[in-house]
Amino acid sequence: MMSDLQDLYQEVILDHNRRPRNFRALDDARKAEGYNPLCGDRLTVFLRVDDGVIKEATFQGSGCAISKASASLMTESVRGKTVGEAEALFERFHRTVTASPDAPVEDLGKLSVLAGVRQFPVRVKCATLAWYALRAAAEAREEVVSTE
Amino acid sequence: MTSGTAISAQRTTALDVAAVRQDFPILRQRVHGKPLVYLDNAATTQKPQSVIDRLVRYYTEDNGNVHRGVHWLSERATDAYEEARDTVRRFLNAAESREIVFVRGSTEAINLVAQTYGRAHVGAGDEIVISTLEHHSNIVPWQLLCEETGARLRVIPISDSGELDLDAYEKLLSDRTRVVSVVHVSNALGTINPVDEIIRLAHRRGIPVLVDGAQAVAHMKVDVQALGCDFYALSGHKMLGPTGIGVLFAASALLEEMPPYQSGGDMIRSVTFERTLFNTPPYKFEAGTPDISGAIALGTAIDYLTQVGLDRIAAHEHELLEHGTDALSRIAGVRLMGTAKEKAGILSFVVDGVHPHDIGTILDRQGVAIRTGHHCCQPLMHRLAVPATARASLALYNTRDEIDALVTALGNVREVFA
Repeated sequence: MMSDLQDLYQEVILDHNRRPRNFRALDDARKAEGYNPLCGDRLTVFLRVDDGVIKEATFQGSGCAISKASASLMTESVRGKTVGEAEALFERFHRTVTASPDAPVEDLGKLSVLAGVRQFPVRVKCATLAWYALRAAAEAREEVVSTE
Repeated sequence: MTSGTAISAQRTTALDVAAVRQDFPILRQRVHGKPLVYLDNAATTQKPQSVIDRLVRYYTEDNGNVHRGVHWLSERATDAYEEARDTVRRFLNAAESREIVFVRGSTEAINLVAQTYGRAHVGAGDEIVISTLEHHSNIVPWQLLCEETGARLRVIPISDSGELDLDAYEKLLSDRTRVVSVVHVSNALGTINPVDEIIRLAHRRGIPVLVDGAQAVAHMKVDVQALGCDFYALSGHKMLGPTGIGVLFAASALLEEMPPYQSGGDMIRSVTFERTLFNTPPYKFEAGTPDISGAIALGTAIDYLTQVGLDRIAAHEHELLEHGTDALSRIAGVRLMGTAKEKAGILSFVVDGVHPHDIGTILDRQGVAIRTGHHCCQPLMHRLAVPATARASLALYNTRDEIDALVTALGNVREVFA
């Protein structure tokens, strides 16, 4: 297999695609739907926020391996962070997946496995879909957010 | 290489795909270090050198505005533009050139009919019949018309194999049906609809029929008089022509009494601040300076298709379709969507456990270009209970080797997602 494909479809990503973590709805939680009209990916992010801190993040929906794995990894990495910290993490993550292919990869913990997306510009939307939904859920907006 | 010359001598034999490929310079490219395997022809087709050359020649030698000047270039441009109209007329076997209206593409053709014929004839409580197979471009213009007028959209259901339910269609037709608008060949599944029967049943009740032929005209012979359709829509870029040019065929009896679409220059006979007299069809529907070079090059594309021969193209694509259907059916985990008996060269499929978007990315790295997604047919995807499909769509220049390259590349998909 070619190396850029290997970078994109790393084992961690394939694992999170097969067995997405926190893949369930939360009752009485803030939620927002992310929708990518290009490919039809649609997922809902649920957040339980207590005193500005994300106590629990989950998601549901359907999408490609990148959008599902990214959502799964996101729900793990924002737990215990304040809404402000999660937003800052999204900004760093967004920089990482849109950086030029030869730029160094910032250490974002597990999220760094998605850095391979930068070699596939059309797939950036897949990797960031859940994050946009997270942002909307944190602001407790009800509407569907779109990556278009 | 001059287009078509190598093949026109062998009209009765099979299509010489190697000679045809020579006429399409873009196919010589490599993508990600692999030979380009272009299987996204339902999205847009590639262009033969003759079409590219015609665009260049137009701007190098012929450019002037049409129907306006008395000078030499204007005359030259007008002649070429009107000649292209007649080329389209012959291609569709329309009775008269004035039945050929140049538009931007089939989307605009359908919008034109909805906004002119539709607005004039559709009222509250009336019904418009479309099918489950429609592209958004043959759904949304009618939805907007329904919202404006209080009419209702009725939808012909399909079977699991992607064929229209004609019994249900017949029952949908009523005294309130004002228009039937159906796709000739489904862009998402390849189903060839029995449009002659659809037209016959509608005409029994005096209902006009629009046929969306965007996916048909580059792949089979179409004769609007034999079909008896009232409107036929097509897009130039899906039939080897440039983007931004398309055609609405409208039977002259309907065209004469249709109100104008857009207004402005060229579509008028005389203008005073008190009153405007409109030009006659087709000019009445071609406001402003048209896509002159696009129309002329569309004529060149039609010449190319005609030289190669649509019967020969259809036979070639059918053989590829059979080969592809057979090859894809043998791959474990691959499920073909759309298995109508009458099918054009479209292979829509899903792979167990792999989203079509991931298939598209992996195939692209092998140089294989396919389309993934809902193909602008969200209601159809809903009916098939899939969020999206992967779609390989064929054209005259595709080969068996390219189908085999698709199959090999799908092996990579299985490897990544093992």
